[in-house]
Amino acid sequence: MYPASFNYLRASSVREAISMIGDNEDAKFIAGGHSLVPLMKLRLATPSTLVDIGRLTDLSYVREDGGQIAIGALTRHRDLEISPVLNAKAPIIAKVAGQVGDPSVRHKGTIGGSIAHGDGASDLPAAALALDAVFVAEGPSGRREIKSTDFHKGFLETALAPNEVLVEIRIPANIKSWSFQKFNRRAQDWAIVGVAAVKNGSTRVALINMGSTPLRAAGTESAIQSGASLKEAASQADLGLDPPGDLNATVEFRRHLAHVLVGRALEELG
Amino acid sequence: MKVSMTVNGKSVSRDVEPRTLLVHFIREDLALTGTNVGCDTSSCGACTVLINGESVKSCTTLAVQADGADVMTIEGMASEDGTLHPIQKAFQENHGLQCGFCTPGMVMASYSLIKENDHLDEKAVREGLEGNLCRCTGYHNIVKSVLAAASEMGA
Ligand SMILES: Cc1cc2nc3c(=O)[nH]c(=O)nc-3n(C[C@H](O)[C@H](O)[C@H](O)COP(=O)(O)OP(=O)(O)OC[C@H]3O[C@@H](n4cnc5c(N)ncnc54)[C@H](O)[C@@H]3O)c2cc1C
Ligand code: FES
Ligand code: FES
Repeated sequence: MYPASFNYLRASSVREAISMIGDNEDAKFIAGGHSLVPLMKLRLATPSTLVDIGRLTDLSYVREDGGQIAIGALTRHRDLEISPVLNAKAPIIAKVAGQVGDPSVRHKGTIGGSIAHGDGASDLPAAALALDAVFVAEGPSGRREIKSTDFHKGFLETALAPNEVLVEIRIPANIKSWSFQKFNRRAQDWAIVGVAAVKNGSTRVALINMGSTPLRAAGTESAIQSGASLKEAASQADLGLDPPGDLNATVEFRRHLAHVLVGRALEELG
Repeated sequence: MKVSMTVNGKSVSRDVEPRTLLVHFIREDLALTGTNVGCDTSSCGACTVLINGESVKSCTTLAVQADGADVMTIEGMASEDGTLHPIQKAFQENHGLQCGFCTPGMVMASYSLIKENDHLDEKAVREGLEGNLCRCTGYHNIVKSVLAAASEMGA
């Protein structure tokens, strides 16, 4: 299956990428291409121009910066999985990245692409949400910070303007208490439901594939705050949410999975 | 658009449309038909090749993304004189294939897996090959082949 025709431009800097995309709303950045190319092959995406940011290797890094860890948006899943900094200071990201797709997918896909794509079924955006991450975007008028809680607006819709590049993801360092639960049928598949949870002062619980965007389990979080038992808190995991029903799971099954997986995550957090 | 890369040690250069997928570039422009297209939807791994030594699904990669890269396909695994690569030999000796359709992708993914891991056991091989589907063997002999190749290659 061939994608529809498009013009291809390759950027050698973020500045150049932004000016190449200009005000062409039909144009798209391509990083690893492992969300975009499948969509283009199915003609669900038909950008007129692709601006390739995949060679901006200076945006591939993981470094400790004060009490935070800064991750370059072009860092591939594989590099997150084996990053010594992440494995020591925020192992949740290394562990989540190591379960995205399969090894070949992890050799191409990037954390920035996962987050900018804006699919509620993706793993890393939920981990970022549980970590209260901050995203750094660069556009024609410079850089701005976007809170992870303000970033995802709807299915494949984010707070990024078409001419903004996601350049960095910032998370807190020294994450000791965390859990990642991914329920799927076959090893390489996306989560039917997943949970990323972090206890770092407060407890934050994020859900995968329980809506069109990555979501926080607000019911669970407020139950914990008001002193509910873990079991009670887990039973509030889907409160106010409207999960999708599809071939893999009915709405009721997704709600059930959210209760069970959040329960397991809370137990693991201790 | 002009695309140049090294494929199996040889420099190649062709004019392609930007939408050309790497797998079609390899099969149609370079006439290297060992790399198969199975699902064409990024799931089966039949199209796996190495880019700069790492396994990648060539049905999900644009040829322009591999411009300048070092690409290896199944045709590049055996030596010039026809001596099989230890992974190919292990598949042959351990009955790691039946129809052979998944095998080029399995061999390339195994190469990447063995290079990335010092100590492979059965579980690590099964997990490491989760992106490669086989409709014939039931995987058992594939895992055996990869473990045999890994010990031959010193992993
Ligand atoms: C077989 C398969 C299995 C998968 N399994 C999983 C899974 O289990 N869990 C999971 O979470 N994901 C999974 N994925 C998706 C994978 O994680 C993708 O790599 C990732 O979602 C996108 O990263 P990318 O670099 O490939 O982005 P691309 O495909 O290049 O881009 C995706 C979108 O984001 C935009 N974009 C990319 N980078 C930036 C940037 N820096 N700034 C602004 N916009 C940007 C692009 O314009 C595009 O719209 C799977 C993919 C495949 C093919
Ligand atoms: S043909 Fe590429 S993954 Fe199936
Ligand atoms: S040997 Fe036939 S698909 Fe694997």
